[in-house]
Amino acid sequence: MPERAVPDETTALRAEVVNWMRAHLVGDFAPLRHRGHAGDGDALPELRKRWERELASGGWTCVGWPREHGGRGLSITEQVAFQEEYARAGGPGRMGHIGEGLIGPTLIAYGTESQKARFLPRILGGEDFWCQGYSEPGAGSDLAALRTRATRDPATGDWLVSGQKIWTSLAHVSDWIFALARCEEGSVGRKGLIFLMLPLRQPGVTIHPIRQMGGGEEFNSVFFDNARASAEDVVGEPGEGWSIAMALLGFERGVSTLGQQMVFAEELQLIIDIARENGAAHAPVIRQRIARAWIGLRALRFSALRVLGADGSAPLGREALGYKYQWSNWHRDLGRLAMDVLGGDANIISDDPRRARLQQLFLFSRADTIYGGTNEIQLNIIAEQGLGMPREPRGSLT
Amino acid sequence: MRLALSPDQEMMREEAARILAERSSSSAVRRVIDAGASRDDAIWNALSRELGWCGVAIPERHGGLGLGLFDLALLLEETGRRLLCAPFFATAGCAAPLLAHAASDEAQARWLPRIAAGECAATVAWPASGSLVNDILLTAERAGGEYVISGVVDQVLDVRNADIILAPARFDGEIGLFTLERSAGLHLQSHRTLDATRNIGRLHADRAPASRVDDPARLAHGATRAADWSKLLLAAEQVGGAQACLDLTLAYIAERVQFGRAIASFQAVKHRCAKLAIEIETARSLVWGAASGVDQGADDWEASLDVAGALVAATEIYNLAAEEAIQLHGGVGFTWEYDPHLYFKRAQASAAWFGAPETHLERVAQHLFDEHEHA
Ligand SMILES: Cc1cc2nc3c(=O)[nH]c(=O)nc-3n(C[C@H](O)[C@H](O)[C@H](O)COP(=O)(O)OP(=O)(O)OC[C@H]3O[C@@H](n4cnc5c(N)ncnc54)[C@H](O)[C@@H]3O)c2cc1C
Repeated sequence: MPERAVPDETTALRAEVVNWMRAHLVGDFAPLRHRGHAGDGDALPELRKRWERELASGGWTCVGWPREHGGRGLSITEQVAFQEEYARAGGPGRMGHIGEGLIGPTLIAYGTESQKARFLPRILGGEDFWCQGYSEPGAGSDLAALRTRATRDPATGDWLVSGQKIWTSLAHVSDWIFALARCEEGSVGRKGLIFLMLPLRQPGVTIHPIRQMGGGEEFNSVFFDNARASAEDVVGEPGEGWSIAMALLGFERGVSTLGQQMVFAEELQLIIDIARENGAAHAPVIRQRIARAWIGLRALRFSALRVLGADGSAPLGREALGYKYQWSNWHRDLGRLAMDVLGGDANIISDDPRRARLQQLFLFSRADTIYGGTNEIQLNIIAEQGLGMPREPRGSLT
Repeated sequence: MRLALSPDQEMMREEAARILAERSSSSAVRRVIDAGASRDDAIWNALSRELGWCGVAIPERHGGLGLGLFDLALLLEETGRRLLCAPFFATAGCAAPLLAHAASDEAQARWLPRIAAGECAATVAWPASGSLVNDILLTAERAGGEYVISGVVDQVLDVRNADIILAPARFDGEIGLFTLERSAGLHLQSHRTLDATRNIGRLHADRAPASRVDDPARLAHGATRAADWSKLLLAAEQVGGAQACLDLTLAYIAERVQFGRAIASFQAVKHRCAKLAIEIETARSLVWGAASGVDQGADDWEASLDVAGALVAATEIYNLAAEEAIQLHGGVGFTWEYDPHLYFKRAQASAAWFGAPETHLERVAQHLFDEHEHA
């Protein structure tokens, strides 16, 4: 598999990461290699939390955060190098990614000084783990239809939250949740929302795992019954939650996707190896599909480099708007290809870890085109924001 | 590596887009087609002589700008978008790279400055498979101190418009690269083509006088690299064409009203346009990535796989975008008067150069399965 090896300004950093991983992803941590990625997100949670603290001790958490907030202040190019080497070394899926990639940057941009002081060091240190409470049973694609309510406790100024969140990934192993709730009586849509941070371990919070089609329990229902968010733990102004919630999603611009692509490359290599071993490599149609998958992966890499190459100040270009659709559909197709290469074996559960991994890929990749905005919603966004086409009309049912 | 246009590249691209919008408009292209000319002299002179586009990627010592494949690809994207009727791809995209990669120093010094100055249109008489190593159709013989060439190449790009034709030919059990100029022994016959925006003709050489221009030490490797340049540039042109199909469709469907609303407001229509946009960007990413890999000295075989990928993606999306343009225009999409068919035909014609997608995919597969040595 081609891999560019042109030396550049990241060469020294890459070597540092390689050496550190070689020295640390061993012993107790060895079982974590290649674990905990999509579809395997609930694997070995306690060990992976310890691993986050190990990473922190080496200064390898939050490498893209500014130095004043405890990060390494790495440039985009350097962050990409870190992500790639981390993934290449078999680094496990990051338990801390919601803290590091979503709420942390949001607090850095919009948080109060006290919020930054209280939350950022514990994210950096691998001490607090976060989950994202946006979706509700009645508010999926149409997130603004959410009903969870937040009312002010006149005695303390704290917010009391009641309602239900659903599909909350990793809530069962997290410490904190950030949630979007309705704080203005009778408000509808994007108005009257509040962005709150709540500790999960408190009497008003109940978490029920939901079993996924792959058999695992990575996501949950989170029930709030007068759960308490401290008056200090509102981000932005009450009533302005929508803009914070959207800004948070904007931080997912995709540095980590280049690390994710290393995992994709491993999956494709596995498929190639198996095709060679079981003879599927002789079938012209399979060969072409594998070639297409490889080309598609190169396209993902180049698209990500384009997205990252944009300076971030301009509105997202079409290539950025389309990136989620591009990778998720590529990955879903790869899952199908994996099964077709396995043939009859695809159906048989065995101890072969390679086969199990591809079976999980097949199943989990069905979620890639649902979470983070479904395919259909992505296409609406591209049509409307990227191509300037008319907006979807809203219906009147609630 | 980041893939972003520098301010200079942005400027070059905008300038090219502006000039082509003005001078290679739909009506200008249609005038060329109606005249059966396949070449718009005014615009060819403007871009080759005044603007120096043919020299963009020719080294400075030969009078060019010395820029890279990426820069040239940006220009081809714009010419593809406007269905430019001129031998630009043949000259700057096929002949110049072949000279630069495979010709002797002397031949380079002779021809590249003329191409860079816009004094000479050129093409390559390679078989439609695009392989300069296999499928050689011409034969050279020594005649006195010079050479003569005989044989037939049925499809040569812009053969009518070229002042010189680079011709790979068998010679004494080897392969050499020769130049052919107009002569009594050279019979050129334009084909009547579905795509009337680009000339294709038959070359029949009957002991036509030729000069040998290759540097034998460079030829095999250089020809492969040059073919990668041409494939990549054709892909760039196709991405531009696909973009034009989407753009003209968006403009039409924003205006056309049915059921009391613009047809652009139907989700079925929006989603198809959004998918086109994604696939166009995907192909563009491959073109940019492959081109900048070549410019930055990526391994030859890696570059060549990326080029293959770009060409497959661009070929497919151009054809799809042209089909969708026809469909989403409805009845007018089927007329001569509206532009989709011009792109539809160019897309079809371009798909056949350098071999079908299956061939490129098979090459990628061979590399992935390590079935032969890396070239
Ligand atoms: C594995 C996984 C992890 C997740 N993790 C989290 C998490 O941590 N936190 C969180 O808040 N949420 C999470 N989600 C929820 C996810 O964001 C939602 O599932 C998603 O937004 C879709 O909402 P929905 O499930 O209600 O589907 P619906 O909105 O009901 O959609 C059903 C179908 O209708 C289509 N549809 C809906 N609206 C339109 C429209 N306007 N035009 C065309 N088609 C439309 C959809 O595309 C889809 O195909 C997760 C989901 C999954 C699968």
